[in-house]
Amino acid sequence: MSKLFSKENKEVLVNPFNLDNPVLVQVLGICSSLAVTSQLKPAIVMGLAVAVITAFSNVIISLIRKTIPNRIRIIVQLVVVAALVTIVSQILKAFAYDVSVQLSVYVGLIITNCILMGRLEAFAMMNKPWPSFLDGLGNGLGYALILVVVGAVRELLGRGTLLGLTIIPQSAYDAGYINNGMMTMPAMALILVGCVIWIHRAYFYKEKEN
Amino acid sequence: MSALKKILDNIRPNFDEGGKLHAFKSVYDGFDAFLFVPNTTSKSGTNIHDAIDSKRIMSMVVIALLPALLFGMYNIGYQNFLAAGTLARASFWSIFLYGFIAVLPKLVVSYVVGLGIEFAWAQWKDEEIQEGYLVTGILIPMILPVNCPIWIMVIAIAFAVIFAKEIFGGTGMNIFNVALIARAFLFFSYPTKMSGDSVWVAKDTIFGLGNQLPDAFTCATPLGQISQNINVPYSMCDMFTGFIPGSVGETSVIAIAIGAIILLWTRIASWKTMLSVFVGGGVMAFLFSATGSSHIPWYEHIILGGFCFGAVFMATDPVTGARTEIGKYIYGFLIGAMAIIIRVLNAGYPEGMMLAILLMNMFAPLIDYCVVQSNISKRMKRLTTKK
Repeated sequence: MSKLFSKENKEVLVNPFNLDNPVLVQVLGICSSLAVTSQLKPAIVMGLAVAVITAFSNVIISLIRKTIPNRIRIIVQLVVVAALVTIVSQILKAFAYDVSVQLSVYVGLIITNCILMGRLEAFAMMNKPWPSFLDGLGNGLGYALILVVVGAVRELLGRGTLLGLTIIPQSAYDAGYINNGMMTMPAMALILVGCVIWIHRAYFYKEKEN
Repeated sequence: MSALKKILDNIRPNFDEGGKLHAFKSVYDGFDAFLFVPNTTSKSGTNIHDAIDSKRIMSMVVIALLPALLFGMYNIGYQNFLAAGTLARASFWSIFLYGFIAVLPKLVVSYVVGLGIEFAWAQWKDEEIQEGYLVTGILIPMILPVNCPIWIMVIAIAFAVIFAKEIFGGTGMNIFNVALIARAFLFFSYPTKMSGDSVWVAKDTIFGLGNQLPDAFTCATPLGQISQNINVPYSMCDMFTGFIPGSVGETSVIAIAIGAIILLWTRIASWKTMLSVFVGGGVMAFLFSATGSSHIPWYEHIILGGFCFGAVFMATDPVTGARTEIGKYIYGFLIGAMAIIIRVLNAGYPEGMMLAILLMNMFAPLIDYCVVQSNISKRMKRLTTKK
């Protein structure tokens, strides 16, 4: 048991949240993080879906990594990911139909999410299943973290709500407060992601350099 | 003046390295250089000796903007009294004072917020304070409707100064016109306060001046009325002198023309850009009205809305515009043409000048690159044929 949570494994899991974050540092998966973050709920669902798919596709590829012929490895990876994406998409349609309508094509487009292919190529193809699982989970949740931050800011400032609950009181609207319409547009999401990257670089990268 | 200089010189040691107020050195330098010509000269490179520096240029632009600003103030009072029906009884000064008091808080807040961010940024980055905000600060209140709330303007200024200017490296480095970014931010964030027909006429009494209008009072701009196929109730003369509802500084062609003369006479703005904006807009508007897509004659497109203001004060911005001589013609022509295209073809945007200038700001470096490259290849050809 102690081996399962050794220091290296812990790093594999935790690093993607901060110094190796797929969105902030590797700048991958930007497209979907702009598209699905106009509200918090779809952002959370999307983040979890990506985390689950990354974790399990990493495990599967890691299990069969020695039998995959090198020349067709990309297509094998795609098949595995596509199968998982289809399962997740069907589950969403069955149990959370509203959210899956909001997410529309972006669930299907997880197949082409660079984070997935990146982890499969860079980690799962040369590591054992358990670290691969942790790596996939960590990267997926690191992606989800940014989605949640951006989604929360956008929903709060753009609609005055969080998860559909009204946060900004009616008295503020009566006093002249207006929701910021630009927050609901993808253009503002890009600027917000840029701000998160800015803050991250300003505070965490300096420590690493020192 | 010399007493002021003495005071500044006396307190200088406090701000130098090791002084107790060293943290505010950039603020001191900013004031010193603004009031007097700085005493430092550059030590390296090739330099052109010139009596005018960017602070003087900015001051000239502010002077050129004053006629439009003063007229805009008068027009705010005029529209208010006109809507209340008490225009005949009001004196010139009560009309002007009403507009003056309506605009003054915005001007003050604009400068305080914008310069505050600039000062804080310069202090944080340990840089000299740059003077770019002098013009932006007066432009922003002039391109907003009079009823735009001040807190919204504050957000837009903070956004524009940080994201359109400072992150690109400050004054002289920005890709987009900062004042227009502030306006675009407001336009897309708070459309109910930036467009429509209830924001163009001040409705409240201020310190007992002016008239209280009912909340439901509406008054669209001529361009808004045109896009909804309503006949414009203003005479040609009103449109030209500017007694029409609109953003604070944009309505009067005459006041803007005075500013244009100042800018051209002092050679601060390029006549090539300015002229080609008007040519581009005129040609495009003529084409549209000849083919029947636009209901108004071409010259009304030029004098209505923000076209003149944008052509004179925004398109000629030396930082964001094209810098090559041929590039200026192309850049200006495309701004004018795009503005009219947006106005006529997109019913959702009755005014296209802001979007046209921002779009062409983005293409200005590309235009310059193409002009320079074509020049190089032309000379290359001449060189090879001579051999």
